[in-house]
Amino acid sequence: MAAVNTHAESSSAIDKPRRKSMNGRVAAALVLLPPALVLFTLFVIYPLAGSGIYAFYDWNGYGTPTDFVGLQNFERMMGHAVFQQAVMNSLKVIAVSLLVQLPLALVLALMIYRRTPENTIFRLVFFLPYILAEIAAGLIWSFIMDGNFGVVADITRALGIDPYFITSDRSWAFTAVLVVIVWKYFGFHMMIYIAALQGVPKDMIEAARIEGASRLGVVRYVQIPMIKPAIVVSVFFSVIGALQVFDVVIPLTNGGPANSSHTIVTYLYTFGLARLKIGYGSAIGVVLFITAVLVAVFYQRLFMRKPA
Amino acid sequence: MKAILGAAALCAFAAVAAHAETSVKLLRPESNSPGLKQFYADVIAEYEAAHPDVDVEIEFFASEAYKTKLPTMLQSDARPDLIYSWAGLTLADQVKAGLVQDISGSLDKEYLDSFTPGARAAFSNGDAVYGLPMEARLVVFFANQELTDKAGLDLAAIKTWDDFLAAVGKLKGAGITPLVSGGKDKWPLHFYYSYLALREGGPQGIRAAMDDDGDGFNSAAFVGAGERFKQLVDLDPFQPGVLSTAADQGNTMFAEGKGAFMLMGDWAYTQTIGVEQGNLLDGSLKILPFPALGASGGDDAATLGGVNGFAVTTGAPPEALDFLKFLVNAEHQREGARRALFVPVIAGTGDAIEVPFTQEINAMLEASPSHQIFLDQFLGASVGGTINDISADLVSGDVTPTEAAERIQEAWEFR
Repeated sequence: MAAVNTHAESSSAIDKPRRKSMNGRVAAALVLLPPALVLFTLFVIYPLAGSGIYAFYDWNGYGTPTDFVGLQNFERMMGHAVFQQAVMNSLKVIAVSLLVQLPLALVLALMIYRRTPENTIFRLVFFLPYILAEIAAGLIWSFIMDGNFGVVADITRALGIDPYFITSDRSWAFTAVLVVIVWKYFGFHMMIYIAALQGVPKDMIEAARIEGASRLGVVRYVQIPMIKPAIVVSVFFSVIGALQVFDVVIPLTNGGPANSSHTIVTYLYTFGLARLKIGYGSAIGVVLFITAVLVAVFYQRLFMRKPA
Repeated sequence: MKAILGAAALCAFAAVAAHAETSVKLLRPESNSPGLKQFYADVIAEYEAAHPDVDVEIEFFASEAYKTKLPTMLQSDARPDLIYSWAGLTLADQVKAGLVQDISGSLDKEYLDSFTPGARAAFSNGDAVYGLPMEARLVVFFANQELTDKAGLDLAAIKTWDDFLAAVGKLKGAGITPLVSGGKDKWPLHFYYSYLALREGGPQGIRAAMDDDGDGFNSAAFVGAGERFKQLVDLDPFQPGVLSTAADQGNTMFAEGKGAFMLMGDWAYTQTIGVEQGNLLDGSLKILPFPALGASGGDDAATLGGVNGFAVTTGAPPEALDFLKFLVNAEHQREGARRALFVPVIAGTGDAIEVPFTQEINAMLEASPSHQIFLDQFLGASVGGTINDISADLVSGDVTPTEAAERIQEAWEFR
């Protein structure tokens, strides 16, 4: 409705040259929009709608889905202890990302944001884990944490204690996953903060210094408020990324032991795809999608609005 | 001018002719065995030499990826012509969806009758034939005699489950890790549970559960299997960190003498321990059938393993089946047997096996009164996955035998 109104108002006020440029824009939209729209429909809307439909069927992926089961897939999911654990784990990833990873990234960024040769080296080193493919990172850490051959094995041997297998310990396996996630992604957020910190005008910091602000005071009252937009974006990435964690978990624990270290996505993969319960997997996908959309919409509304 | 046109037409024709060859696409899960890949390459080269107009392509996928990609690929334009299959419910599902063809009309009776009855049955349903078996697989206890001797065990005397438990106890006492298993992948642990279910209830017990007879998977056979398995687990028989050891890693650990027994399929010999690695345990490697339980209604002689082969998909050109018959003819069955890649399924070709280990596996298969296909394949992906899960959970102590059976039944109802 609002769009129509604007149009009506503006059309009355349009003079000839502007009308011409409007026509040009409409023509451009008519020419340029369809390819994008077709691709978007084909690769985003169509599969989304597809899984939205499959979610209500019991379907093993063969033939066309015929066994309509209503909400049964959703009911089973909610009642499945492994799914509840997976949701808990995904929440843990969000919590650890926000409470450990981002503060760590911020502290490191504050330490090395200035352009000096040493800082460049540190930046590179801290950013390296992010460059590494997730699967490779997961594999590397599974070797490190291996109680027979890994670094952990060397430590237990040096201390003369029994070998310890963190990834087969139900109470600690997911903690191992969390460690790897923090290690893998803090560099990314650090880079966002560094870029933002470099944009903070030097004279503001100097002015604060002259006014007698301490180092911490500068951070607290000048730098952090100045890079707030960057923090808002990085929290957003962090939360959405946490909902999607998958490739680190598979090589590290494969969701085990006893399905205790699944995230929502590895749960979807294991119980939906690998077991050929495509309908069930779609239902999980729908729930995950809706959650992600809700998070995105509310977050944007609450934090990412331009200051009026 | 005419000449040029003619030449152009000829060129066009030649181009068409060059593309007129039929292609047959073969899909197989990735194997760690270079020998097996070479075998396929050799057979394909031989076939293509005899049929210059047919182009046979083979594509390998990682095992898990193969299973998850197959439904999509079967329903796409890129549908492969021949797909590797472990038979069981997964094949039945593919048949039900009309993605696999009945090839009985194109096979002569003599050829069909040349297969061992069990192998043929795995790919048939009544008169319909949905594929050809190619290799038989058997799960046995691999034993490292050097280690069992150290503990003073007499391998030949281990006949019953109680004997076996006692042997595990003795090994523990001697400071030797009794069992090695790749528990991270779960399916190596499901061999214990499946074998015990077979010993408790026999193949008929599994059939009855599938037919929802009586208590289904909550039957005494399955609960009993869990209880027996728990007896073993309570002895803490596995290597430390068994649940974070991958299957291949487990095989390697056994080959390196890190444990006395390993319950595993015969392929581990070809791939990890024996042929391709230069016989790591030469001389001290022994095979033991899974011990007997003496349970009433059970089957102490039945074997667990696989009958693997290829199914022909709907719409595949006739050349696909022709190639498959060539791949699974007596000559190639012998060749695969001679290279110790698999136990052949055409009766009488087992005499080509030269490696003592594979000879022994072949003899056990021939003596087997009934050969049960791996439960994680036989019951389809979903229920099979649950059996793998509960097998690992019984080892970690996260479920009781009763809960384990309930979870299988639940998965069966929801499959």
